[in-house]
This record gives sequence, C-alpha cells and structure tokens, in this order.
Amino acid sequence: MTTVTVVEKILSANDRLAEQNRARLDQAGIFGLNIMAAPGAGKTSTILRTIKALAPQITIGVVEGDTAAVTIDADKIIAAGMPAVQINTGGECHLDAVMLGGALSQLPLDRIDLLIVENVGNLICPAAFSLGTHANVLISSVAEGDDKPYKYPNIYRGIDALIINKIDLLPYVEYDLDYFRRGVEILNPGVTAFPISCRTGEGVESWVQWLMGKVNKSPVASNQVEPA
Amino acid sequence: MHELAVTESILNIAVQHASQAGAVRVTQLNLVIGQLASIVDDSVQFYWDMISEGTICAGAQLHFERRPATLKCLDCDQSYVLDGALTDCPNCHSVRIKVMMGEEFFVESIEIEAASDLAKATV
Repeated sequence: MTTVTVVEKILSANDRLAEQNRARLDQAGIFGLNIMAAPGAGKTSTILRTIKALAPQITIGVVEGDTAAVTIDADKIIAAGMPAVQINTGGECHLDAVMLGGALSQLPLDRIDLLIVENVGNLICPAAFSLGTHANVLISSVAEGDDKPYKYPNIYRGIDALIINKIDLLPYVEYDLDYFRRGVEILNPGVTAFPISCRTGEGVESWVQWLMGKVNKSPVASNQVEPA
Repeated sequence: MHELAVTESILNIAVQHASQAGAVRVTQLNLVIGQLASIVDDSVQFYWDMISEGTICAGAQLHFERRPATLKCLDCDQSYVLDGALTDCPNCHSVRIKVMMGEEFFVESIEIEAASDLAKATV
C-alpha cells in the first residue's frame, strides 16, 4: 500500500477553464459580470434596465443560463438590440466554465464591451463554480424575504456587489431591511449594495454608474483596433 | 447541491494521480471538506459507488475529513468556531468578520496498490 499526496482542489478542472475564459475576455477588452439570484428575483429585468441605460454607448453581450430548453430570456435581450446566447443546462443547477466557454465562441467578442452572464436561478450551486468573469453580483429581491443571507450564506460571501430589487414593494410586505443588511455585513463586510426597482427605475442609475466604473477600468485591446 | 459533478471531478483527479503513480488499484481517497462547503457526504458516497465502477477506483473507500468553520473578528481579533447559525462576534458583537477556515474542498491524498506492491506480496 502506498500513499500518494494529491492536494488538488476538487473543482480545479473548472477553475482552469475559468482562467481560460478570463484570458479570452481580457484579450477582447471585455468586462465580464456574473449575475446570480433566486428564480424570479429580477435578473433579466435588471439586465434589460442596464441595457436601456447604457445603449447605444456600449455593446452588451448576454449569456442566458436556464435549466429548461427555452429561449424566453435570450429573445428579450435580442429584442432589446443586443447579442445574446441561451445556454440550456439540461437540468444542471448552475453554469460552469465549460458552458460559458462554449457560449463565448458564439458571441461577437470583438464588438462587445460588457459581457453579462445570467446564471441559473439558484442561491446555492452557482456560488461554487467560477466562470472566469471579473465580478459576481447577487440580486436579492424584497419579495423573497429578509432572512436570505442567514439561510444561503455561501452565495453572499463571494460577491462584489449586491442589488436589492423590488424596493417598490417595501410598503406592502413585511421586510426588515436592517435585519437583511446586518446578515449581509456579517458575510461580506462593506460590500456595495444597490437598492433598486426595475419596475419604477428607482436606484438603477447608481448601479449603472458602479458598473460603468468597472467597464471603463477593464483592459482594452481588440476593441480599439481599427479594421484594416 | 451538484454532488454528481463534484463526484466526477473527484474521480478524475484520483484516476489521474493513480495512473501517474503506477497504481493498479485505488483503495482509499482522503478528502478534506470544510463545513462551509455545501457538500453532503452521503450523496457523494452514493454517486461514487455508481461512477467509480469499472475504473481503477472501483471499491475505494471515501474518507471525509470535515474541517470546522473558524471565523475571526476584524475589530477585536477574537477567533471563534461557527456553531450552527450565523452569528456576529461573540466578544464585541461586531459584524466585520472574516472566514479563516471552513471553505476547504480538496483531495488530500489517495491510497493505492502499485504493481510493485503486488509483486512483493507474491514473493
């Protein structure tokens, strides 16, 4: 009997592919954003609001992840005038780096400034799989309740910004914003939060400003190259 | 969560390292999993028994070393072990807390039978 020392992260294969995705984005001068949320939190609505605020200044490519074979979300993005690819995971509960790599090949990377990946609606699994994007954003909606950071801690730990959507519902539901934010603070001290309403448009401007700050900081390469 | 995808990754890692070491059989895998990694041991074991069949790892035992979640308060430097629910610092009640340990998720080592081991046994 021999013991072989391994010490390899269990998801290292995914991590390596995520690094390749990151390199492709960097080379094309694209800032990549991974949006995670529960089903119905308003991921697609937030993306549509973001497109409305930023088009035609910049081109936003969108990757839509869903477990079922539908193109409902991608159709909405294309109708808004932006390139989109739908990934149907065939029942898998999250997107992984392999799936994103395949989607990148179907997008016109040379004319995209910002890539938004809409992960599968789920508060558990997407947190474990790196995609290679530059920032992770979580959308939590008022309608889901104020206890979610306490019940789904892992997803709050790895995020760079938090969107609190559906704040127009605050007068109608029992939701303690202080309790919610305290839970978030324990998990991710100082994380930037944007209370917004996709329905009324309230707060969207601050979110878009933060995002544009990131997009403008990302390295520019091929986007700046003039065609010969 | 996605224990099947995780178990497949474990199998790939074990097969790769076992082949490099000239193994004829893998008898045990030592996994280190932090309390904050949402993995259910029983589910991994269930999938393992199915997908390892017909590979060099068939019949290998999975050994899970669970590491507790240890947190540290950024304000008063108090370290404490997470006991169930999420809490603020038990000393100063600050919410500025850093995870020090508990997110581990790796294959530490594998126990193998190499061709040379078998040769020794038959001598």
